[in-house]
Amino acid sequence: MERYRILPHTADGKFQAFGRTLEEAFGNAALALSSFMWDWSKVEPRVRHFVHVKGIDREQLLVKFLGETIYLFETKQFLLARVDGLRIRPEFEGFSLEALLGGDTISDRYALFGDVKAVTYHELKIEECGGFTVQVVVDM
Amino acid sequence: MELRKISDNIWEIPKQGEMKVPAVIYSSARLLDDIRRDKTLTQARNVACLPGIERMSYVMPDAHQGYGFPIGGVAAFDLDAGIISPGGVGYDINCGVRLLKTDYTETDVAGKRKELLAEIFKEVPAGVGKGGVTKLSRGVLKEILVKGAEWAVENGYGRKEDLERTEEYGRMKDADADAISDRAMERGLPQLGTLGSGNHFLEIQKVHEVYDEVAARAFGIRGAGQVLVMIHCGSRGFGHQVATDYIESMENAFGVKDLPDRELVHAPFKSVQGQQYYRSMCAAVNYAFANRQMIAHWVREVFARVLGSSEGMDQVYDVCHNVAKVETHEAGGRSRRLVVHRKGATRSFGPGRPEIPECYRSVGQPVIIPGSMGTSSFILAGTWEAEGLSFGSTAHGAGRVMSRHEAVRRFRGERIRDDLARKGIELRSTSWKGVAEEAPEAYKDVDEVVRVSHEVGLGRLVAKVVPIGVMKG
Repeated sequence: MERYRILPHTADGKFQAFGRTLEEAFGNAALALSSFMWDWSKVEPRVRHFVHVKGIDREQLLVKFLGETIYLFETKQFLLARVDGLRIRPEFEGFSLEALLGGDTISDRYALFGDVKAVTYHELKIEECGGFTVQVVVDM
Repeated sequence: MELRKISDNIWEIPKQGEMKVPAVIYSSARLLDDIRRDKTLTQARNVACLPGIERMSYVMPDAHQGYGFPIGGVAAFDLDAGIISPGGVGYDINCGVRLLKTDYTETDVAGKRKELLAEIFKEVPAGVGKGGVTKLSRGVLKEILVKGAEWAVENGYGRKEDLERTEEYGRMKDADADAISDRAMERGLPQLGTLGSGNHFLEIQKVHEVYDEVAARAFGIRGAGQVLVMIHCGSRGFGHQVATDYIESMENAFGVKDLPDRELVHAPFKSVQGQQYYRSMCAAVNYAFANRQMIAHWVREVFARVLGSSEGMDQVYDVCHNVAKVETHEAGGRSRRLVVHRKGATRSFGPGRPEIPECYRSVGQPVIIPGSMGTSSFILAGTWEAEGLSFGSTAHGAGRVMSRHEAVRRFRGERIRDDLARKGIELRSTSWKGVAEEAPEAYKDVDEVVRVSHEVGLGRLVAKVVPIGVMKG
């Protein structure tokens, strides 16, 4: 199954990520986001970060989860390579998500080729039709 | 969408449906073709529906689709009945431009151009994931957030005179470092004193043509061939995180159900969330002022080392392109305090405004409009008419017309470098892909943008400058 597809967008970066489950689509979205900045398929998973976020709805949950990738990159020099054990749970108000992110620290071995400033709600969609599709636009 | 033509360069979306005021677009027919192609007009109409909006929702000639507000959007709101919106400022808070003049001419630097650019490239950290050379403590960062460029000058970066030639004198006084999240602090700590990547650049330029001798003289622009330095960058990850944090905070406090576009989330200006965002945004503005102040200092050091002196390198001005400010304007037949959002727009205050320094008060403030990488940029002067037309605002640049993805597919960075070299423009970059993304063809024609600005009266043309050396992050 195709993990994600990069779509044309005038000013910034846009993609759709796919999954049989919402969890899988969210995980693939993190890889799609990373693909604007580095080649995640070439990064060796040597370091792990546990993330836990809450959102008032699934859209905010996705924006905050993807924001973790940018935050870890900028503050821990972390390059995402894979997403494991992603779980989404309904909460009293909204949803929570936890996941284990695998990747490596920035070094000369990896080329960096773009900066993502922020994850936006612009044209953000979470759709269920057989599987799940999430669409995201990021500010670059 | 139906537009009513007011004149060759002015168009209106009449008030309809939920709109509280009309929307006005300053654009030529040619630029309007680009503007119509994306969601700019729908976004301008959405802005016109926000609570407490005054006069009109304005769209500048370089406008294109943004998040919530269009890029090139200007809107002002009543302090009591109105709102503040992170989407009206943008993620890169105080993305802006600083211009330095020099006493050198093109001939003076001809043999040293390569060396100058190479040295600047070494001194100014740039590119994706590149941290600064300055190791900061949280305490110092908090001081920077409150004091902005003043902190930089006190700590040996640049000159005291630079401050009065910076919008807001380099410091937004309402900044509150305690309203900043730990995440924003963490993202801000390693990035101070860095250019960043994307559309950010540093150019060594020469004056190509002067259109307004009097204003040019006031700005320190002597004539064709004079060398200038332009620095274009913002508040880096710090500002992006402030925007992200307060979009979430406003969503949680006010909900998202009634919004036509979630990026339009807003809070009453005087609410807790509104004030916290405003004060945090001011802190991010200060971060960006300090950032450009440090970079300008390093550029002067390089000029001093390579050419023997940096004495004549006075700052012309430093302008914000993404900001919200409390300003006094005419609205509803009287003079009032309003919160003016400029997103991808430059303040363009004319002669007499008390906000601009004494040295420019007779001609209007310098307005700096960068073109795309390797093309021309413009220096304009603020006008008195702009206050009535756009709350004293004009365009901010060229504006993209092609996606980065498409640009990378069509152009090669190395090829662009060779093309520019043939035109006598040296290029250094941390990434060839980044260069391809910023190909001049991916942008609107900046000449047309400033022509409209001049004809409408949003900003008066003073000089055209062209690059001789380009550093891209």
